[in-house]
This record gives sequence, C-alpha cells and structure tokens, in this order.
Amino acid sequence: MILDSKIPEGPLAEKWTKHKFNVKLVNPANKRKYDVIVVGTGLAGASAAASLAELGYNVKAFCFQDSPRRAHSIAAQGGINAAKNYQNDGDSVYRLFYDTIKGGDYRARESNVYRLAEVSVKIIDQCVAQGVPFAREYGGLLANRSFGGAQVSRTFYARGQTGQQLLLGAYSALSRQVANGKVKLYPRTEMMDVVTIDGKARGIITRNLITGAIESHSAHAVLLCTGGYGNVFFLSTNAMGSNVTAAWRAHKKGALMANPCFTQIHPTCIPVSGDHQSKLTLMSESLRNDGRVWVPATVATAEKLRKGQIKANEIKEEDRDYFLERKYPSFGNLVPRDVASRNAKYVCDEGRGVNETGEAVFLDFRDAIKRDGKDTISAKYGNLFDMYQQITGENPYEMPMMIYPAVHYTMGGLWVDYNLMTNVPGLYALGEANFSDHGANRLGASALMQGLADGYFVIPYTIGDYLAQNPAGKIGTDHQEFQKAEKEVKDRIQKLLGIKGEKTIDHFHKRLGKIMWDYCGMARTEEGLKKAKAMIKELKAEFWSNVKVLGDNEELNQSLEKAHRVADFIELGELMVDDALNRNESCGGHFREEYQTPEGEALRDDEGFAYVAAWKYIGEGQEEELVKEPLIFENVKLTQRSYK
Amino acid sequence: MSWVSKTLSSTLGRKLLMALTGLFLILFLVIHLIGNLQLLFPDNGESFNLYADSMAHNPLIRLVSIGNFAFILLHVVYSILLSRYNKNSRPIDYAVSKASTNSTWSSRNMGILGTVILIFLLVHLKGFYYEIKFGEMPVVDYAGVTYKNVFAIVAAAYSNLLYVVFYVVAMGFLGFHLSHGFASAFQTLGLNHVKYSPLIQKVGFGFAIAVPALFALIPIVMYIWSL
Amino acid sequence: MNLTLKIWRQKNNSDKGGFKDYKLGGVSEDMSFLEMLDVLNEELSGKGEDPVHFDHDCREGICGMCSLYINGKPHGPQQTTTCQLHMRSFHDGETITIEPWRAKAFPVLKDLVTDRSAFDRIIQAGGYVSVNTGGVPDANEIPIPKTIADMAMDAAQCIGCGACVAACKNASAMLFTSAKVSQLALLPQGQVERKTRAEKMVAQMDAEGFGACTNTGACEAECPKGISITNIARMNREYFSAVVSSQNV
Repeated sequence: MILDSKIPEGPLAEKWTKHKFNVKLVNPANKRKYDVIVVGTGLAGASAAASLAELGYNVKAFCFQDSPRRAHSIAAQGGINAAKNYQNDGDSVYRLFYDTIKGGDYRARESNVYRLAEVSVKIIDQCVAQGVPFAREYGGLLANRSFGGAQVSRTFYARGQTGQQLLLGAYSALSRQVANGKVKLYPRTEMMDVVTIDGKARGIITRNLITGAIESHSAHAVLLCTGGYGNVFFLSTNAMGSNVTAAWRAHKKGALMANPCFTQIHPTCIPVSGDHQSKLTLMSESLRNDGRVWVPATVATAEKLRKGQIKANEIKEEDRDYFLERKYPSFGNLVPRDVASRNAKYVCDEGRGVNETGEAVFLDFRDAIKRDGKDTISAKYGNLFDMYQQITGENPYEMPMMIYPAVHYTMGGLWVDYNLMTNVPGLYALGEANFSDHGANRLGASALMQGLADGYFVIPYTIGDYLAQNPAGKIGTDHQEFQKAEKEVKDRIQKLLGIKGEKTIDHFHKRLGKIMWDYCGMARTEEGLKKAKAMIKELKAEFWSNVKVLGDNEELNQSLEKAHRVADFIELGELMVDDALNRNESCGGHFREEYQTPEGEALRDDEGFAYVAAWKYIGEGQEEELVKEPLIFENVKLTQRSYK
Repeated sequence: MSWVSKTLSSTLGRKLLMALTGLFLILFLVIHLIGNLQLLFPDNGESFNLYADSMAHNPLIRLVSIGNFAFILLHVVYSILLSRYNKNSRPIDYAVSKASTNSTWSSRNMGILGTVILIFLLVHLKGFYYEIKFGEMPVVDYAGVTYKNVFAIVAAAYSNLLYVVFYVVAMGFLGFHLSHGFASAFQTLGLNHVKYSPLIQKVGFGFAIAVPALFALIPIVMYIWSL
Repeated sequence: MNLTLKIWRQKNNSDKGGFKDYKLGGVSEDMSFLEMLDVLNEELSGKGEDPVHFDHDCREGICGMCSLYINGKPHGPQQTTTCQLHMRSFHDGETITIEPWRAKAFPVLKDLVTDRSAFDRIIQAGGYVSVNTGGVPDANEIPIPKTIADMAMDAAQCIGCGACVAACKNASAMLFTSAKVSQLALLPQGQVERKTRAEKMVAQMDAEGFGACTNTGACEAECPKGISITNIARMNREYFSAVVSSQNV
C-alpha cells in the first residue's frame, strides 16, 4: 500500500494558495444537496460544523457530552499561537513554521505545518470578530506573551481560560447555525461505527446515550473531530469522557493510524495523591517562568522528607538540586516539555522524589516571591495557586508546589493527507484526532491553533474538492452496509452485557493505564515494550471474559459507555506498543532508552526513521501492517535539538 | 400580541412593573410620613387637620391617590402572578436547602412580607381612610372654618394598646420588605453601577430602618399621650 | 472517614424517584467529591448494583458538566464546582444529601443527571455575533479598552453549569443569560445585534420555563466562576432599551 499525501507542488510558501485555487468547488446552489457529519464539537468539530453550515452544507453534529460547549478543548489554559508579529519581535509565518517543525523533532510534514502557520493569523481575526475577549493592552490592542520557551511573544490568551473562550466562540458560531437550521445537533450521542459503502465513508452508527437507541446517519462525508486518546493511560489530563472509540472504529474500517506512540507528557501537573485518583490536573506551563524546579540533592534527605521528618522549606540551599538549571544552563527551567518531564522522572527514579509516593518534584516560588513580592506573583499566578491549594490543601506561597509529569496530548492519530482526508475516501480527521502537524512533540499553545485552523480554514476548502467529485442527492440509510454495521454494534453491546464477569470496567482501565505508563510512557525500552505487549494481550482476553457491565442497553448506562471505550483503549494500547517498538530511535515525546546521546538526550535516526508510521488494521488478533510515508524536508535542515 | 403586551408579560416586563410600582410606593411612604409626623406637633392636631383637609381638596393629590391605589393593586397582582410563575419553575423542591448561606431571609420571603403588609394596609384603610371619607366624623373649628377632626379619630385609635402593637409590628414587616425592595428595584431597572450601587444599598438600608421606625413612633407617642 | 450518603435515585425521567442511603467507609480527605462517588460506584458495581449516575467530564472545574446539589447547596459547601470540591470539606460520620438540580427547565434524566439543553437553546436564540468564517477585519482594527475587555471576560467566564438556576429560589436563569448578553453588549463586536439579541434571549429564557429574578443574589453567591449580578442589571437595561427602541414589532 502506498500512501499519497497529496502535497501540492511548488515552493512551500505558495503551496496552500495554489492548492486553494486548484481544488474543485461545489456550486453554491448545490451545497445544500450535500450532507456532512461532524463527530465531536471541540475546537475542530465546532469550527468545522459552523463553517461548513455557513457555506450551505447540511451538517449533523454529534457529541457525547450534554452540550457541545463541554468538549475538552475548553480546558486548555495557556493560549493560542499566531504569527501576527504584533510585538515587532521578529516573528513571521516562517518562524512559526520552523519552530513547530523543530519542536516536533522533525517528524511532521513541512507542507501541513507551513499551512498551519500561514492560517494562524486568520484564526485570531476570526475569534476577535466573534467576540472572544482576548487579553488586551491599555491602548486597547491585543496582548501577547511568550509561551513554552518560544523566543518571540506570539501567544494570544484570555486569562488562564483561552481554550474555554475559543471554544465558546466556535460554539456560538455553531449555535447560530443550529438556529438557522443548517446544523442539527445530537448531544449525548456516541458514534459507534463508521459505515463505508464501496470504500467510501457514507455515514455513521450512533447510540443515543439516554435511550440506548442505535441509529444510522448517512452523509456524503464524515469528519472525525474526536480529540486525543490520552486516557489510554487511565490517568491523564484529558476529560473523563475523552476516548478513542470513534477514531478506533474508523481504524478498524480501514483508516490508518499514524504514529500512535507519540504522546506528550506535560511536566507541570499536580501529583497523584492515592489509588482513588481519577484524573490529573494540569497547571499552566507559565508557572515555569518564575518557579524553580528542584529535589533534594541526596536520597537520604528525600527519604526524610517523604517520612515527614523534615519540611521542604527547611532544606538548605546547598542540599537542593535545581536539576534543570544544572543540566541546561541556558534554558534552565524553561526547557521543552519532554525534556522537563523526563528529567523529573529520572530524579524520582533515583529515589529523590518528594511526596509520599516518591513521584513528585518541587516547583518553588520562594525566590520569585522574594524578588518580585507576593503581590506580583499572586497577580500572575493567583488562580493557579488557588487551584493548587483547593486540590492539595497546601499553600504554595509558603511551601513549594509539588508537580509531576502527566499524559496531556497525543500527537499521533488518524493518518490524513494534505486535505485532512484519511485513506478512506470521504472520511476526514481534524484536530487532535489526526496526526498531521505536531510531529513527535507539540509546542505549547499550538493545539488550539491546529484545531481551529483545521476547522475554520482548511476543511471548508478541501472538503469541496472531494464532494465536487461525488454526486449530490440523498444517501439513504437503508443500504445493507448500514444494517450490517447496526447489527455489529448491537451484537457487540449484547456481548459486553452478556459477559457478566467479576471485575469492574475501571479495574481493567486502571491495569491498562499502569502497563502503558510503566512501559510506554516517558521512557521506553525494547524489553519493557515486549513485556507490555504480552500483558495487554492477556488483559484483553481477560476483559472479554471477565468484565462486569451492568444494566441494559435501553437506558442511560454509564457502565456500558465506559465498557465500549475501555475495550477500544486496550486494542489501541497494543498498537501504541507496536509503534514504539518499531521506532528504534528517540524523538520528541518518544524516548527509547537504547537511543540516547552520551548526555542522555534523545537521539534521532533520520536515516532510518524520518517517516510517518501508519498502521493498517488487518483483522482480529492479527499483527497490524506498517505503511510508511517518508518525510521529505526541503526547507529545513535537520538538527539535533539542544537546550544546553 | 403587540410588543407592549409581549414585553409586559415577559418575566423582565413583570419585574419592571414591580420595580416601578414599588419605587412609587416608596415615594408615597415619604410623603405620607411627612404628613403624619404632624400628628406629633403639640398643637392638639390643628396642623394635622389642616393638612388633611388640604390633601382632601387638592385635585392633584386626589389624582395621585387614585394612581396610588392602582399601583398598590398592580404591585399586588403582579406579585401574585410572579410568585405563581416562580413556584411553577421548580415543581419539585429540594429536600435539604441552605439558602440562608447565599441570600437574606427577606429577599427570599418578599411575598410573605408583602402579604402581611397588605393585611395591615386593609386594616389601616378601613380604620382611617374609609372612616374619614365615608364615616361619621367629629368636626373642629379653626378661625371660624369647620374641618373634619381627623386627629381625634387617630388619637382614639392609638389609645388602644392592641392597635398600637399591631401597627408597630406591621412596620417591622415593612422594614424588612423595604430592606430588600429598595435596592432590588434599582437592580431590576438596571441601575447598577460600581460608583452608585453602594450608595443605593446604604440609602435603602437607612430608609428601611428610618421610615418604618418613624411611622411606628407616631402610635407609640400618641399612646403615651393618651395615658 | 466514614460517611452516610443520602442520594436521589431515579431510574429515568418518568420514574418518581426517591432517596436511598448508602454507607461508605475509607474515604480519604484528598479525594475529590466525584472520586468519592467513584469509590461508591466501584463498590456498587462490585455488588452488581446499578451505579449512581452523575454528569462529569473535565474534572478540572471548567467544562461545567458536573452538577449536584450537596447538603442544600449547588456544588456543595465551597464556591467551586463539584469536581473541585474535596472531601476535606466534610467530616467523619457526616450525612451528605445529594440531589439533582431542581428546575422545570432541567428535567431529571436519571439519578443525578439532568437535561440542561435549555441553556443551549438560549444561546441559539442570539448568544453570538453573526459573522461567517473569513472576511473579517484584522484583529487589531477593533481596539477595545482594557477595562471593557476585562469586564467582558468576567462575564464570558460562565461555564454553563446551571448552579445559578439550582441556587435560585425561582429557578431563574437570569445570571446565565445575562452573562452572555453582557459579554456581547460590552464589546464593540456585539453592538450590531445588540437589541435583537437581548429581546430574543430573554424570550427564549422565558419560553424554557425558568423563573423570574427576585434579586436575592443567591446565584452570584453560588456561582463557581463568581459571575456578578451586575450582569443581570445590564441585561435588564439592554432589554428595556431594546423593547422600546428596536424595530421588532
């Protein structure tokens, strides 16, 4: 199988402009004859649904939450990048492109990333026009900040709730189209399968989460905007409902899954407090601008600390190890996310972790408070400090904060071409659900940018190219493929309900999460991954014979919802392990311990692995087939990242 | 439906009527109080009787008094409409509620307070307004002119301890009603401003204490006089 | 700690429902309130009993999906969302009563899960600026005074959880509706549709069956995001000036 990424010819900066001219258009009067299904209503989904409806297409938008506004994009705190260069500090489309490619450790497509940087400027215009209340300077113009160690200030923000404000902007545009009758909304509805007819995506099967009704919906194109799969780790910063089911069903229907092992671990999360932990809470990366990361210099001191014999602020300066500042003198505490996370893991593995579980490091504001005063620090981080205190019961103004890395974002996802279409014609993937723009590591404030770029400014053009080549007119749901898919969904539900085993769903999810975190988390080894693969296979068999799913299908049944999702996570977990095993190099969020520089940094193998690893589902119980899309770098020179 | 009736049947429109009539009644209270305080002049009721007479014969005042009754009626009718509507908005109540931690008692019980005030008002109107207008009135001469001796009726009523107690208690209820109603009316009209709202709150609070207290003072003093 | 939980159980919308008591031991004070319910549900599932259904998603206080009327207050004793409420706010041996939001406009779907789509319909009535994607001016062509932008942001922070409705003795949605009306009335982008927006959103709010505002301030006191009732006053102003001056007969 050969993957055609459909990258337009021509110089990098002209590709998108030329492509927009070259794509076929759907006549305005014909647009109303096409139906489009959008699954997920986060930034990518809501913006796509609204924009397509504005163009005249009939849109059906689905989400499992009770309202489109709840999608997890809402939780993004920090901001959104755009190459506006409003600050006159040397930013440009090219610089944003370059930073993103480099930050992604050269594992993303140049053309897609350049387009992302190019349309980033329009996103800000669009959001402002919608009434998104971005932060402003006293002169009334937009404010920017530097984010995640970027050398320019290109991040736009709305306090610590940028994701919320952007999502509510997209949600308002979506709501307007609902009022206009161009979008029909299906909240509390979960996509259970994609329906393909003659190789083309023609609809989906859904389950009404209140009544349990299994329904067919047909369309000329299906857009999956269903986010990431971080919850495969059980504990992550994702929402409880975030899941891989939609993407995974598409995968099993033929869509390729690309780079699934690329997961981002965010360094500044609140550590796990006990077995009851249900999710992890992220605190904005901006904390690292003023906080200093440290652990005790010796294991003995750390032990005393863990036993409560001494307090953090009693530890003398010479007994502290500011390990990021020590190892990376020029970037210090502002090294990229993957580097910061991995180093926290190392010091904890050495036995120098600081909380009861031994899995936490300090993030200390003592010196910042001494330097700038409590009021200044409070003005910058007050809400984060309050949140920390609310969750942990400790006052970060007096005691150093404790942080530990947590799974935050998945760069991998459904393989898409330049048009954001998967290898299944008519099936698209947008936002975090696709793999396209972040390579092996995502830069801060780029997720919001990508979601909105895909939804507002890419898909409205590229979908026309496909639709124009397909006849309009109603597609019915009476085709046998719909009936077949409905039956498969119903059978699977009955199978799950019929197991009536001993163990709860969470039991399996937690076990899967532990396997993934231990062997396919921040640092991976061949040995560990092989062990993990065997464990997951065993877990899967046990799940399908011993899980206890309560209740019936014909009701609001959260156990059943969860069972579906966990079953898919287990299968995805195995593929992630395969992908990590295949990639015999370290890059970005994927760190194989066998492949590191003498200084312990990620060692890429550009000769062997400058490709997208796309995986093809073959059949139940069979190994997936690896399809490679070579990555060609014509504009940037591949270099080793260095933050020394 | 015309836009006027549509507006006045919306929740906000109804609240607007409540606020406007409420504010008018607040204004009326002030005028009424100023008049009534003349009962306390040590002139055996002469100034009060003259005042009562001038009020009864001033066409503007008569017009206002008709408006006043209309506004009381509107205030009552709309409060009933709104209360029923609001009750209907939560058909099943909570088993446990700690509303006292988020709002004042009077703000949550304006209906009860208002009902007590309405009962007082009926008694009050029957006792004075009706008697003066339609009852057999004693008369008094000032400078050769004959006037109704309203003062005498009032003095007689306020020599009754039960009546005095009823008045004082009712004024307490009025105070609580005003303690929420005064500032609330401004909020409903949209008059909430960072510079002026604290002042409105304070004036409202002072008003809610001072006006009912002064009203209550009259029967108390007159009762003492009657001893 | 050990707790007694008095939880509203209701099979579906047409079921009458009632309280059921559960004893739960081994609760740590570091747990969030929802994690405490997770523990209960694991116990119930283990025993083959139907777990308690409740809405929740992000568990970081921003999606607005979690609800619960806990011991007589929406989102419990702290002014935060239920997912951010931790068990250290309770004491050993306490009885905790958990009820769903109660409002005609928020029908109960199951146990503690309610249907809050009325809020979506209020936004659909006019909670947006009618601009299509593309064709908008450069972001910096619309300067907005910082104080105005900040006030708009204060209003825009609403998470749509419905605690205001739950707290209000009249189940009024004035705080929710006014937050969106205010945000857009404050910003220059919202001026064009200002009047129609106020009229339509208020009409939809009424049509959904929410009660009227009595200015008790309970909504503001319980709002996890601290949305101020000055927004309600602003919406009143917007609405009254709209009805007397708009072209909508």
